[in-house]
Amino acid sequence: MHRRPEEIGSQPPLRYPPYKSNLWRAPSQALVTIPERLRDLAVPVYGYLPIVDTDNDLTRQHAGEPLGERIIVSGRVLDEDGRPVPNTLVELWQCNAAGRYRHARDTHPAPIDPNFGGAGRTITDAEGRYEFTTIKPGAYPWGNHPNAWRPAHIHFSLFGQSLASRLVTQMYFPSDPLCAYDPMFQSVADPRAQQRLVSSFDLDLTRPDWALGYRFDIVLRGRHSTPFEGRV
Amino acid sequence: MTTPRLIATASQTVGPFFHVGPGGTDALGRMASASAPGDHISLRIRVLDGEGAAVPDALIELWQADAEGRYSLTPSLPVEPPPLFSGFGRLGTDADGWCQFDTVRPGAIAGSGQAPHVNVCLMARGLQRHLYTRIYFDGDAGLEADPVLSLVEAERRATLIARESSPSAWELVIRLQGDGETVFLDL
Repeated sequence: MHRRPEEIGSQPPLRYPPYKSNLWRAPSQALVTIPERLRDLAVPVYGYLPIVDTDNDLTRQHAGEPLGERIIVSGRVLDEDGRPVPNTLVELWQCNAAGRYRHARDTHPAPIDPNFGGAGRTITDAEGRYEFTTIKPGAYPWGNHPNAWRPAHIHFSLFGQSLASRLVTQMYFPSDPLCAYDPMFQSVADPRAQQRLVSSFDLDLTRPDWALGYRFDIVLRGRHSTPFEGRV
Repeated sequence: MTTPRLIATASQTVGPFFHVGPGGTDALGRMASASAPGDHISLRIRVLDGEGAAVPDALIELWQADAEGRYSLTPSLPVEPPPLFSGFGRLGTDADGWCQFDTVRPGAIAGSGQAPHVNVCLMARGLQRHLYTRIYFDGDAGLEADPVLSLVEAERRATLIARESSPSAWELVIRLQGDGETVFLDL
């Protein structure tokens, strides 16, 4: 019997009470399953906005250099069969080294860095590789529960090759003690799937005398995605 | 025998700060240039939560066929000049939960048996996974026979059908939860 990823905990459930904002926003009715033959698969995957050469280097987008620990984040985008997903848009966004987003609704009393916007975009190459240069984001408090802190994380958005492969996720850093207390990270029950959200330090990615390197491979659902296998 | 598959990367919420990145531009709300063929429409979408409150931090993506019912068949590289019709739109909701796309009314996809529709991908703070739904057009002759609408209980189908509020201006309210909850799809 094939089980859906949600059942084995590799995807977070739609309803997850420990995440307070979920309470009035998660649907209460079951999703309606669309048979594969009725799914629109061959859809265009992103809009037409040109990418410029500093889009994947968040340390070079302003007049001066941002404060913080310079890092390289790189990896491969794969499908569930391990095949590379080339030519797909990867977007990321994050707070600065002090844990503050450059966003009007972020009221955390940490400094804004005038030299850090916190957003990047790139396209995967023929082997599905992407690379960003950025600074390591800080942890920050949030209002979910008393003394709640988000672990340092970078938001990622990917399209893949079909509507079903769309993914928005967050990348975490190795050995972060805050992950154990974070409802977002903990909403993924399967420990192997949790590990997939954690980047690994990679000395080979490190640029000597310049930046540390973290590897983050991303696996997208494919055209024949797991949930539909073995179904009548 | 099937080979072991890799575990797909888990979804995580888009959070409240996506305007820093993917939601930072209004440019992707203009899906069709003035000279794109077809019936030009505005498509206004509002997102409400389970208490009926506006959701001011949802990110809405639309994926649709052109007026002839054709999807772009290959992933589209960001190119200049942009095509007349992109087929993809993306906007964050405003303080009242609204966003407005300028597009063309999609055509029926030949041979699909499906009524013309717009695919919707909705992300928001509070949602750990994005939600898929569809937008159909009120009064369309193909609604009755649409095989996806037919999978939906009759009394809930209206949640997927936009109404024309004034000529060429279409509106749909997406209710995330509770009374009149929108039908969300599992792809």
